[in-house]
Amino acid sequence: MGSRGRERIGRDGPEHRSRVGALRHRIRRTIGLAVVTGLAGCSVSGPGGAGGGAVSPGGGEGAERAGVDRAAGFDRGAPPSVGSPPSMRVLEREVFELSNGLPVHVVEDHDLPMVSVELHVAGGGRVGTPGLGPLLADMLDEGTTTRSAVELAEAIERIGASLSTGADHDGSVIRLGVLRPHLERALELLGDVVRNPAFDEAELDRVKRQRVTRILQSRDEPRELADNALADRLYQPGSSYGQPLLGTEAALRPVDRGDLVALYERTFGADNMSVVVVGDVDRDELEERLEGALGSLPAAAAVDFARQVPRALDGPAIYVVDKPGAPQSEIRIGRVAVARGTPDYFPLMVMNTILGGSFTSRLNANLREDKGYTYGAGSGFSMRREPGPFVAAAAVNTSVTDKAVVEFLRELRRLADEPVGEVELDRARKYLALRLPQRFETVAGTAAQVADQVLNDLGDDYHERYVERVLAVTAGEVRRVAREYLDPDEMVVVVAGDHAAIRGGLEELGWGAVTLIPEPTVTDAPPGPDRSGSD
Amino acid sequence: MLSIPVERFTLGNGLRVNLSLERSTPVVAVNLWYAVGSRNERPGRTGFAHLFEHMMFQGSQHVPKNRHFELVERAGGTLNATTWFDRTNYFETVPSHHLELALWLESDRMGWMLPAMTQEKLDNQRDVVMNEKRQRYDNQPYGDWDEWIQAMVYPETHPYHHTVIGSMDDIAAATLDDVAEFFQTFYVPNNAVLTVCGDFNRDEALDMIERQFGPIPRGGEIPPIPGRSELSPTIGSTVRERVEAEVPLPRVLMAFRIPPFSDPDYYAADVASSVAGSGRASRLYRSLVRERRVAKDVVSNTFPLMAGAGMLLAWATGFPDSDPAELEASLAGEIEGLEAVTEEEIRRAVSLTETRLVREIQRVGERADLLSMFDQLFDDPERLNGELERLGAVTPRQVSEFTKSFLGPDNRAVLTYVPGNHRPRAEEAA
Repeated sequence: MGSRGRERIGRDGPEHRSRVGALRHRIRRTIGLAVVTGLAGCSVSGPGGAGGGAVSPGGGEGAERAGVDRAAGFDRGAPPSVGSPPSMRVLEREVFELSNGLPVHVVEDHDLPMVSVELHVAGGGRVGTPGLGPLLADMLDEGTTTRSAVELAEAIERIGASLSTGADHDGSVIRLGVLRPHLERALELLGDVVRNPAFDEAELDRVKRQRVTRILQSRDEPRELADNALADRLYQPGSSYGQPLLGTEAALRPVDRGDLVALYERTFGADNMSVVVVGDVDRDELEERLEGALGSLPAAAAVDFARQVPRALDGPAIYVVDKPGAPQSEIRIGRVAVARGTPDYFPLMVMNTILGGSFTSRLNANLREDKGYTYGAGSGFSMRREPGPFVAAAAVNTSVTDKAVVEFLRELRRLADEPVGEVELDRARKYLALRLPQRFETVAGTAAQVADQVLNDLGDDYHERYVERVLAVTAGEVRRVAREYLDPDEMVVVVAGDHAAIRGGLEELGWGAVTLIPEPTVTDAPPGPDRSGSD
Repeated sequence: MLSIPVERFTLGNGLRVNLSLERSTPVVAVNLWYAVGSRNERPGRTGFAHLFEHMMFQGSQHVPKNRHFELVERAGGTLNATTWFDRTNYFETVPSHHLELALWLESDRMGWMLPAMTQEKLDNQRDVVMNEKRQRYDNQPYGDWDEWIQAMVYPETHPYHHTVIGSMDDIAAATLDDVAEFFQTFYVPNNAVLTVCGDFNRDEALDMIERQFGPIPRGGEIPPIPGRSELSPTIGSTVRERVEAEVPLPRVLMAFRIPPFSDPDYYAADVASSVAGSGRASRLYRSLVRERRVAKDVVSNTFPLMAGAGMLLAWATGFPDSDPAELEASLAGEIEGLEAVTEEEIRRAVSLTETRLVREIQRVGERADLLSMFDQLFDDPERLNGELERLGAVTPRQVSEFTKSFLGPDNRAVLTYVPGNHRPRAEEAA
């Protein structure tokens, strides 16, 4: 694959112009540049190396040093010393607007002839009835006013492109991956999909039936049963974060073409979207192509987003979703926590890395490597536009379900009660800081980073200051956020497993009432093509 | 088309080494392929290659338990390992200045693993592996499909007859002596390929590799694969199994013996499978999902295996009220229809593969893994650069001949899952 020479573009100072009256203003911003300096502060893990007071890893006590290889003249008993931290290449993000105001963020990267495009639309699960936003996203590539669904799929795949449409809890995203020679054609198809979706009745019947069937399938997926039950327990009815993205059968069944068109008109407007393009593109050519593809899109009608309201807790409780005969229990322990914009982002990420965010985290070390209860245990904060859940999770052997819950709660409490040691803290900070370059390894990875930054208003210097801010997190801050967010008394426990086998043990914990959650009901078989007339 | 640079070396102990520079991101990948997988397991020890892979993370003489993960994570690296039919691979991607850390960790467990092994570690990892089986196979709808399919496609004496995860009884029976014997037999430099790919200095990397891996002694001859790898190119009939399981939807899986990855005809199989099942313009999606609406989803894949025969696997998942016989007939009809494919369908399939391959090789970890693979399987890492040409050269006639020879009813394993064995739901009881 011929890779073109990469030229390092000079850094222009940010050029801010008033939004008023400027149809196309160009702002150049750098991402990645300051990561160089950040990483330079990270010379870690040589024997006796700096590393913020870390002990020399490798356990090199005298007796362990059997591996000294005199011939090779080095000591196998300790990890090798490290060279200088690498410098990271400069990637520049440039921002311009199409004539309809749609903002476009571009990062040129000519390393491989590959282009990644993300088009984000605010909404997703937060608009319409449960499952409607994601259904709309799913229907976008099921045909346009001039191309049938089959013609569209053929046109996309003939050029080897991938075009996917989907939605999460905050928005819809259309992702395009294409080789450089086919970019022009691919953008034209992207524009057609976004501007002219047909929402054909026959295709809608088929896709609805598939989704209702998928909902039925999810009732036999232990992971989904547990995830959905926890979300439902954490948010009040009417909060979209408490609903599965697939929606519910009751909500999807009556959906018709008119509902999709109405939601499309309310949300798919230039003022409710942003585009990120990363890869082997020429910025000026791209602007011209995007103007043709998306520049004529009108503004959206007013959008109202569902509000997210946590349920009030009635004291500690354990909810069981019955899965008779299940060999494992899917455990979820969680609470409503923070939005992506939280000022506690960095302490929380470091704290979670220690708790359950990496292989050597406390939860995995305890439940997997020490006890052998599970193939893996972990935790994470799902940070969204509004406060999303914190969840600690594992699938454990049925017979140790109650013991595993005890260990989870113990680990949550321990982080709040005891200060974290320097070695563990240092490992977590470096784990996060030094992984940053890997996130920019692919054009799709870079696009995801840029999208996270611009959609969540993280600021122009977010990536530049990322490393510095991670490394600045202190043990005191970790303990503060652990106290604030990991209090076991504020957690909801959900277990999807064999109720008859696990109930007794869970009750004996004396931690909270054990309540059986009824299975969601399905009223009858999903609509088939022969029944579509009744919809 | 592709021009990924590779320099090859062989150490005195037989370790094959590939260096491949790619400096766009300051990270480097270390990737090791050992030519040992589930195919090398003897009767009574199925699942052992995978259990052994877990033991490789339990420390070695100079690396205490858990330290391997800790050191890589503290360096901001990622790591893992996987076990498959023909090989076991181990890999790290680290910031470039931590290259020697990854080499040290990999060499220590290649050369000095056994002194760190204890019964307690073995007991613990046996529990972890049994939980892995419960989570990924037993507690998942359709999770045991590979046990059925492999036993139907490959005869009992064949090394692919049993699954990679193996039987729980065999895993329970594994001893520390098994660990030692397996290590001494297969985890030797002359049975491995090491690839370093990414941002590094060539001469420094060579010095590091010699320093870390050079002192490890060469092992003995690798014993032949147990059982009989030779087998008839086709199954000889249609074999069927019907499983009533706790699944919400019926699913029909159809598997075929195909030429091994080392056979030039493998590429016709790969293209045929893509024409059938890759993307929404593929035949199966178009016909079964869009037009006839008998399936909710469809899949088609090939398994690039080396010992005697590979496998093509397709499946279709129906709706709750689907008739499995109709699903099977539709699937079979589309697959047999691959006897007539057009140039344009082949171009579509190859274009999709091209984009996917370019996407994969953006990551140095993927590049390294592919180079290790082609070195180990073909003694030629640069074969990767010609892979798209080999696919692109496949003609409609070759697909047609492949279809006639390999996708007929005389070479078919059909596994049907039907919903059953679950308690009545409220509305059904009412």
